[in-house]
Amino acid sequence: MKKIVNIVLSVSTIIIFSCNETGTETEKTAGVNETAVETGGQASVRDDVSAKDVVKIANGSKDHSTLVATLKQADLINSLSNAGPFTVFAPTNAAFDKVPKETLDNLMKDENKAQLKDILEYHVYVGTLKTEMMEDGQTLNQVNGDNVTITKKDGKVIINNSATVVLSIPAANGIVHVIDAVLLPPSK
Amino acid sequence: MKFNYFKTHAVLILISACLVSMQSCKPKTAQSAASGDASKTFVAPGKYDEFYNVVSGGFNGQVAVYGIPSGRLFRIIPVFSQSPESGYGFSEETKPMLNTSHGFVPWDDQHHIALSQTKGEHDGRWAFANGNNTPRIARIDLTTFRTSEILEIPNSAGNHASPFITENSEYIVAATRFSVPLDDQNGDVPINTYKQNFKGSISFISVNPTSGEMNIAFQIRTPGVNFDLSRAGKGKSHGWFFFSCYNSERANTLLEQNSAKNDKDFVIAVNWKKAEEYLKAGRAKTQSVKYAHNVYDENTHTARSTIRTEVAVLDPADCPDMLYVIPCPKSPHGTDVDPTGEYIAASGKLAASIPVFSFTKIQKAIADKAFDGEYDGIPIIKYEAALHGEVAKPGLGPLHTEFDGKGNAYTSMFVSSEIVKWRLSDLQVLDRVPTYYSVGHLSVPGGPTAKPHGKYMIAYNKITKDRYLPTGPELTQSAQLYDISGEKMKLILDFPTTGEPHYAEALPAALIQSKQRKIYKIEENTHAYVSKGEGQTKVERNGNQVHVWMTAIRSHLTPDNIEGVKVGDEVYFHITNLEQDWDVPHGFAIKGANNAEILVMPGETQSLKWVADRSGIFPFYCTDFCSALHQEMSGYLRVSPAGSNVALHFSTGTNKPAVTTEGTPVKDTLKATSKQ
Repeated sequence: MKKIVNIVLSVSTIIIFSCNETGTETEKTAGVNETAVETGGQASVRDDVSAKDVVKIANGSKDHSTLVATLKQADLINSLSNAGPFTVFAPTNAAFDKVPKETLDNLMKDENKAQLKDILEYHVYVGTLKTEMMEDGQTLNQVNGDNVTITKKDGKVIINNSATVVLSIPAANGIVHVIDAVLLPPSK
Repeated sequence: MKFNYFKTHAVLILISACLVSMQSCKPKTAQSAASGDASKTFVAPGKYDEFYNVVSGGFNGQVAVYGIPSGRLFRIIPVFSQSPESGYGFSEETKPMLNTSHGFVPWDDQHHIALSQTKGEHDGRWAFANGNNTPRIARIDLTTFRTSEILEIPNSAGNHASPFITENSEYIVAATRFSVPLDDQNGDVPINTYKQNFKGSISFISVNPTSGEMNIAFQIRTPGVNFDLSRAGKGKSHGWFFFSCYNSERANTLLEQNSAKNDKDFVIAVNWKKAEEYLKAGRAKTQSVKYAHNVYDENTHTARSTIRTEVAVLDPADCPDMLYVIPCPKSPHGTDVDPTGEYIAASGKLAASIPVFSFTKIQKAIADKAFDGEYDGIPIIKYEAALHGEVAKPGLGPLHTEFDGKGNAYTSMFVSSEIVKWRLSDLQVLDRVPTYYSVGHLSVPGGPTAKPHGKYMIAYNKITKDRYLPTGPELTQSAQLYDISGEKMKLILDFPTTGEPHYAEALPAALIQSKQRKIYKIEENTHAYVSKGEGQTKVERNGNQVHVWMTAIRSHLTPDNIEGVKVGDEVYFHITNLEQDWDVPHGFAIKGANNAEILVMPGETQSLKWVADRSGIFPFYCTDFCSALHQEMSGYLRVSPAGSNVALHFSTGTNKPAVTTEGTPVKDTLKATSKQ
C-alpha cells in the first residue's frame, strides 16, 4: 500500500508542478511530451469483441498482476498494445515472488525505470514464435538488444536454462508464453 | 508487492480528478496537446499554405497532395490506379499509361516519393513515385499535378527501394524487394532453389534534364537479398548510393522468423560514378527483357505505350570497387543520409540502437581494406571501421530518419509509437514525443535534401482507434503535424489521410505555386479527334464504330441530339472542352457506360468508349458543376435496333419542333394547360 501512496504522490506532484509552473496550455504540452498518453492511449480503447492482445491477456490473468504492474511502471502498456507482433515471455506472480522483495521494490522506483524497462524488454521478442517453431540451442535477440537462449528438453521449452514455458496463449498481436521464472539480462 | 490494481487506479483517478477540478488543469491527452496550438495550423481565407506535401497513397496506388500546416487535402493524383473520378485509366487517351509487359495493370501499391533536385535542393519540377507490386516508376509533373510518364522495371519484383534520387536528379533508383530468377532465365524452378536461382537487381534510371523522361541507364546484378530502402549520397558522398537489405539469410519461407536469424544484415554502398565508368568501358552485358514505357503527350492529350526489349547489366564480379557491404544490425529499414552527406543513419527495425555510419570512415575503410571477408564476392567493410557511432536505446522499432538542417535527426519508432530527436554530432537523444499510433515514415519539408527547411515534421501513422470516430472494421490512417522550430517537438495537428501513406516529401509552395498550368491552349491541341470549335463537331460511322466529335462549353454540349446509332455499335465520344478559363473542367457521362466518367480540362480532348447494348434513349450530361445552368448541360443519344434504317443525325438546338413517331406535329399540352 505504501507504494500506491508513493505513486499517487509523485503523480499529483507532477500535475501540480506542471500546472503552476506554466501559465498556458500551449506551453504545458511542450514540456511534458512523455506523459501525454497518461489518460488515453490505444490500450484504453474499449473493445470486448476482438481477440485479446498480449496486454489484455496479461491483464485478464490473476497470475500476472505483478507483471502488469511492472509494465505500467515501465510505460510499456501502450507499446505492447500496438500492432506487434510480439512474443512475450510472461513470468507469473510466483516467478516474481522468487525475486528478492527489495530488488523488486527498488526496480519499481521511478529513478530505476530504465533498468526495469530493460529487464521487461528482455522478455519480449518482435515476431510471433510458437514453441513448436523454436529450436533447441536457438538464440533470440530480444527487444532490449540482448539474446536469450532456447533449450528444448523432454518436450519442454526452457529459456536461458532457468525459465520453463508452462503455458502458451495466442494473442491478437502475438503470443504469450507463461514462464515460471523472471529472465535477467546479462550484466553489462 | 501484490496489490490491487483497480484500487490504485481508482485512487489515482480520484486524486487527479480533484486536481483537475481545482486547477482546471486538463490531463495531457493527444487532443489537448493538439488543440492548444490549433491556431498555428489555421490558414485563413485569402491566405495559402506554406508547403505542398506530396504523400504516397499506399494501397490506393495514387499520390495525394496536402497543404502544410493546414493539413487540407488538395488533390488525389491518379498514378497507378484507375480513377473513375477523372477517367484516368478509363479514357482512351490514358489507358496506355497503365500498360505493362503483363498487359493492362490498373492498380499498384505506391510507397515512396522523390522530388526532383538541382544542386541538392528541390527544384519543383517533378515528383517520382514507385509502384511496388508490378515494378514501375511514375513521373508526375508539378505544374499540372498529373502523371506524365510510367516506366516498368524489368528483372524486379516488389519495387520497394525506389524511387530515391541523386542531388542533380541524374538518377532515380529502383531496387527489388523480392529477388527472383531473372527475366531471361527459366523461372520455372523449385522455390527452395532460392540461393542458386534468385537474384537481386538495382536499376539506375536516368532523368532527362529537360524533358524529365526516364530511361534505364543500367542495372546492377546483386546477390538475392531483399532490398528495403535507399538514399543517394549528397555533397561529399555524391556519387554513392546506400541501400538497406534484409534477409541476408536468403530464406525463401517464413521470413518472419528465418530472415531474422543473423545478428546483422547490411547496407550495400554503391559507387555509381564507378558504375558509369564501367558502363562507358563496355563492361555491361545486354540482357533481353520486356518492359513498357508510357508517356503522356500534353499536345495530343494522349499517352503512348512502347515495349522496350533490352537492358544493360553490370555484374559486380566484372566490376571491382563498385559495391561494398556494411554490416548493420537486424533487418535495417530506413537508410537515411544527412544534409551534409557525411552521416548515414540505418535503422535496424529490430535493433536496440541506431547505427550511424560515417562516409569519411567508409572511404578510409575502403582505402585501408578494413574488410571482414566477402558476401557473394562483395567486400564486407568492418562494422566498427564504418561506424560514426550508435544512438543507444532510442526507442523500440526504429524505422525512418529525417533531418532539420540544424544538426538534428528525427527517427520514427514503430513499436513504441514515438519520434525521437537526436543530435548527429554526439548521438545524444534530445527529445521524444509520442505519436498516435504505430508511426511509419516521417517528412520534414526538404528533409532528404542538402537544405532542409525544418519548421514542421509530419508523422504518418497506422492506428487511430483511440480517437477517430470508428467506421466499421477499418479506421482511417492519420498524419500528425509537429512544430519542430523549437527545442521540443510539439504536436499541432492530427488529420486523416487517404489510402495508406508511406513516405512523403514537402516543398515550399513558393517554388511551384506560380508555375501552375491553368489551361491547355486550344490552338495547341493536336488530338486526332479534337473539335476546335462547335463548327467542327460531327458524328461519323466507320463500320460498327461511331465517332462523336463533341464540344463542351458553359452550358451545353455539341451535338446534344444524336440519332442513328444501332445496337452493337461502339461509340467513341471525343469531348473537347472549349473553355479557356482556369478551373472550369467539364465532365461527361452517359447512362450504362461500363467504365467511368471523363473529366476534361479547359482546352483538352478526352474520349470515352461506350457500347450500345440495347435500343432506347440514353441521356448524357456534364458531371462537373460548371455554371448556374450546369443542370441544363445535357443531351440524348438514340439507339435503334441493329439493321434499323434510322440515318445518322446530330444537332444542337435545331432538332425541333417535336414530332410524333409518325412524323405529325404534337399538340403542346403544357402550353394549352397554362393558358386556361
